[in-house]
Amino acid sequence: MDEKPKGIVLTEEQKRSRRARSIAIAIALAVLVILFYIVTLVKGPAVLNRPM
Amino acid sequence: MSLVSEGSEFAAHAPRSVAGVRLEPSIASVGDYIALMKPRVMSLVVFTALVGLVMAPGHIHPVIGFTALLCIAVGAGAAGALNMWYDADIDAVMTRTTGRPIPQGRVAPGEALAFGLTLAVFSVAVLGLLVNWLAAALLAFTIFFYVVIYTMWLKRSTPQNIVIGGAAGAFPPMIGWAAATGGVSLEPCLLFLIVFFWTPPHFWALSLNRTDDYARARVPMLPVVAGAEETRRQILLYSIVLVPIGAAPWLLGYANAIYGATALLAGALMVALAWRVRNEGNGEGAHRAAQRLFAFSILYLFVLFAVLLIDRIAGGLMGHLA
Repeated sequence: MDEKPKGIVLTEEQKRSRRARSIAIAIALAVLVILFYIVTLVKGPAVLNRPM
Repeated sequence: MSLVSEGSEFAAHAPRSVAGVRLEPSIASVGDYIALMKPRVMSLVVFTALVGLVMAPGHIHPVIGFTALLCIAVGAGAAGALNMWYDADIDAVMTRTTGRPIPQGRVAPGEALAFGLTLAVFSVAVLGLLVNWLAAALLAFTIFFYVVIYTMWLKRSTPQNIVIGGAAGAFPPMIGWAAATGGVSLEPCLLFLIVFFWTPPHFWALSLNRTDDYARARVPMLPVVAGAEETRRQILLYSIVLVPIGAAPWLLGYANAIYGATALLAGALMVALAWRVRNEGNGEGAHRAAQRLFAFSILYLFVLFAVLLIDRIAGGLMGHLA
C-alpha cells in the first residue's frame, strides 16, 4: 500500500516564526477587544452618538 | 504579476512567489513585520500627532486620546508597509534600504501588501468608530497620499517628489487636532506648514550624501536630476522660508514668547547650517556639513513641537491651579 503524501513539513525555524506570529496576532486581537470594552465604558450610552 | 524580475538583485534574495504570494512557508519574524511599519518614522508621526491633540482646545478623555494616537501610529505603519511593498525593487538596490524585510526575502511582497491593507482598514475604521469620522477621513487621506500620490506616482517621476509628498508627513498634527475637536482650524494648519516646509531641507540633506544610491535606483531625487549645487541652493531657500513659518504660532498669538525665541533661534541655526552646506562645495567637508544639517533638522522639529507641548501642558496646569 502506498504511503500518504506528507505535504509541506515545516522546519524548526519556520515553526518558531509561525508560533511567534500567532502569539502577536492573538495579543493584537486581545488589545483590540480590551480597547473597545474600555472605550464603551468611557463613552457610556454616547458610544452610539459620534460627532462628525 | 510578480514584483520580482528574473536576474535582478531582488530575485536573488526573494522567496519563490507567484503574484507576490509565497510558495514556501514563511520565516518572517514579528520583528520583520514591525520593521515593515517603519517604527522610527512612526515615532515622529505619533509625537507630532500628540502635539496637535494636546494643543487643541477643550478636553479629550485620556482613553480616547490614547486610542486616537494608537490609530494614527498604526495608520502610519500601514503606509510604511505599503510603501515597502511597492518600493521593494528600489529598496533592493539602495544601500540604506537593502536590509529591509522584502529585499532580504524574509517577507513576500504579497504578505506586506496584505499586512499594510489590513492595518490601513483597521486603523481608519477604529479611529472613526471610537473617536470621530473627520479624524478617520484625514488619516485615510494621509495613507492614500503617502502610498498612491507619493510612493506610486511622485517618487519615480519628479524631483519635487518629497516637496509635495512631504504633505503626508505633515498631516498627523492635524489628525490629532481633529481627533480632539472634531474640526480643523488655523493652528493645526500652522503645524502642517512647519512640517511641510521642514521636509525638503531635511530630506535633501540626507539625499545629498546618497546621490549615487538614488541614481542607481533611478529615483529622480533633486541632487540626481538638478545636481548638488542646485540642491544646496534649494535647501538654503527652504530653510530661510522655514524661519517665519516656524515662528508663526508665536507671531499669531497661539504660543508664548519662549516658543517664539526658541523657533527664531533654532531657525537661525538651521539657516546657518544650510549656508554652510551651500558654501562647503564638494568633498569630505560638504559631506559632513550635509550630515550635520540632517541631524540638526530632526532636533529642530523635535524642539519646536516639544516647546509647544510643554507650553500647552504648563498653561493647562496653571489654569487648573488658579
